[in-house]
Amino acid sequence: MATQPDVPPPSEDDAFREEVRDFLAENFPSELKGKGSALAGVDGPTEESEAQRKWREAMGSRGWGTPTWPKEYGGGGLSRKQAAILNEEMAKAGAYNPIGGMGVMMFGPTLLEYGSEAQKKEHIPPICRGAVRWCQGYSEPNAGSDLANLQTMAEDKGDHYLINGQKTWTSGGQWADKCFCLVRTDKSDKHKGISFLLIDMDSPGVEVRPIQMISGMSPFCETFFTDVKVPKENLVGEEGQGWTIGKRLLQHERTNLSGGGSLARMMGASLADIAKKYVETDESGAIADKVLRDRIADFEIRWNAFLLTARRATEESKAAGGVSEISSVLKKLGTKLGQERAELMIEIMGLQGLGWEGEGFTEAELSGVRAWLFGKATTIYGGSTEIQNNIIAKRVLGMLDHQ
Amino acid sequence: MAVLNEEQEMLRDMAREWATNESPVAAFRKVRASGAPEAFDRGAYTAMAQMGWTGIIVPEAHGGSDFGWLSAGLVIEELGKTLTASPLVATTLAAAAIVLGGSEEQKAKWLPKLASGEAIGTLAIDEGPHHNPAKIAASVSGGKLSGTKAFVHEAHSADLFVVAAADGLYLVEKGDGVSLSTRKLTDQRSHAEVTFDGAAADKLAGGGDSLIEDVLDRARILTACEMLGMAQAVFDTTLDYLKQRVQFNQVLATFQALQHRMADLFGDLAMMRSAVEGGLQALDSGFGVARAATIAKAEANRVLHAISREGVQLHGGIGMTDEYDIGFYLKRARVLEASWGSTSYLRDRFARIGGY
Repeated sequence: MATQPDVPPPSEDDAFREEVRDFLAENFPSELKGKGSALAGVDGPTEESEAQRKWREAMGSRGWGTPTWPKEYGGGGLSRKQAAILNEEMAKAGAYNPIGGMGVMMFGPTLLEYGSEAQKKEHIPPICRGAVRWCQGYSEPNAGSDLANLQTMAEDKGDHYLINGQKTWTSGGQWADKCFCLVRTDKSDKHKGISFLLIDMDSPGVEVRPIQMISGMSPFCETFFTDVKVPKENLVGEEGQGWTIGKRLLQHERTNLSGGGSLARMMGASLADIAKKYVETDESGAIADKVLRDRIADFEIRWNAFLLTARRATEESKAAGGVSEISSVLKKLGTKLGQERAELMIEIMGLQGLGWEGEGFTEAELSGVRAWLFGKATTIYGGSTEIQNNIIAKRVLGMLDHQ
Repeated sequence: MAVLNEEQEMLRDMAREWATNESPVAAFRKVRASGAPEAFDRGAYTAMAQMGWTGIIVPEAHGGSDFGWLSAGLVIEELGKTLTASPLVATTLAAAAIVLGGSEEQKAKWLPKLASGEAIGTLAIDEGPHHNPAKIAASVSGGKLSGTKAFVHEAHSADLFVVAAADGLYLVEKGDGVSLSTRKLTDQRSHAEVTFDGAAADKLAGGGDSLIEDVLDRARILTACEMLGMAQAVFDTTLDYLKQRVQFNQVLATFQALQHRMADLFGDLAMMRSAVEGGLQALDSGFGVARAATIAKAEANRVLHAISREGVQLHGGIGMTDEYDIGFYLKRARVLEASWGSTSYLRDRFARIGGY
């Protein structure tokens, strides 16, 4: 049984569905069928096979990787219903969306809301084509959960800003072309002194150092800015508006990090199916260890309730227009359940589920271990669970600050 | 909250307004104080029937409005918020059994009466303190049903019992061969052991082999709706209390330890609402009902259990007093958690449905 909840049969839009099927038959390389790594979503290295490039360009030229974004900026211009059909048909064909990363998940939606016309024309089309990699310049060594404490300075030099400072946990910084960055333009006001600036990563004075993590991977970097010149037209919104814009971007980030549909697809088989391969079953095919069976059922019930919550939030935000503070609830729930699932999965596999490298392990087992470790980051980045709890308590529940 | 159509929004608003104004928890206190074993206010039930709530899932041809399960669930949730005592859930479930499994004659005889509020119905399934529809000893011979049913909800007012026998569901009218022995539970609502001793029984012959489970899935989902209303009410009441109560010269709501506990409960409540609404939507679409019902009741059990317990704790000593409402929710919560499937029963069922 799949991990997705039962949903009513999809609504029909036959002509569009036909168009999608034709497009997939013509453009999706069969060798890529069912591909998509357990670590998808992390902006990874740039090597791309010929088939991958062809698929990215095919999707990108239609704007279908960003299906609901406006057509005038290179998006697909599809209705949500059409986008749902596109997703369904891609899933049936074993196809994945090759256009992703932070440009799609976070920066694009925010720029569409706050950017100038010139900025949208310049930056959105390459995101839709999957031709640019963005990274996020938010956290600093002394500005983690207390993000507004950031100290990277942007000094006004007339026609440009001069940037000095250090960012950290820059996901995919070593592969990124551009960085959307929170910088300080005014030292006198903690929140209103922050501005939202776009920086080319190949500018002189930008230095990136990868950080090796417990998963053995280096998806995060330290990024140093030394006398980096950034043109004034790269300021998004007004000077001092960075905290507002930056928080809006985080809502998009949280909605995506919580997982919803993509996380469900990424997780693939249900824990019960995995358990049937790794532990004993009785003559009826049930998991023989009744305690383990109970724990799996307990998890799967809650996981389904979460998926239903993600779906409900989508429907409600559609009705209300846009993401909201509910993104904090989704992020908190989805990341916790994702970690719980990874822990339960390696427990089901026993020592076979803890392989680090080399012989005796399948690719799925090895990548599962790395994903388990990498997954520990999910309750820390994008605003830790504790920060989400603060947001829920204060903004949603109206619980006050200590007087 | 699911996205509702205009009719559903009106229905919910009407139910919310009525429950708040006409049936606050104070109304339940009056019912309790009266000591009447049927434990509800007939006048209030008549008002509900006049507003059409008793016929929401009954086809129009039989005197109902056929508004669907999501609509029924919205009303039950609102009534759950104020602990409104009534046989509305029980009667709706009896009607559902007849809609699913009844002959045209049975439908014509009973549905208009149940839909108008003239008759009250209830399910009589389990024979012990644990929900276990696989173990039913009651039997029928020559049209006469014999057996004993435990903890039957709303038994004291029921005109019609939908009774599980070993070979299916039967309609049994109150009267000859039906006797009640009150079982006063902690929620102080109507529960009784019902003994059928050669009572005239009319089989629900339609609905196929899954009739009992189909009816029970409706019981699980509708009960979960009542539980959702209760969980929401406990959460809202507790949040209000934390914003008012002052200790250490601070309102309690400013303490981070309490803020994070409320944030946790808020997340749980969101999952419970999604699961319950998912159950209602499954009933209306007819798709994946058994699984959706199991998820709905399991989440309702898990979350209401936690919220009702935390509700008392976060109120402190005052939460322990009879004068304060919060304890009523705790006591009703455990009764509903045990009805139509405890958490362990539902987890086992979920695994069985999933083939593991």
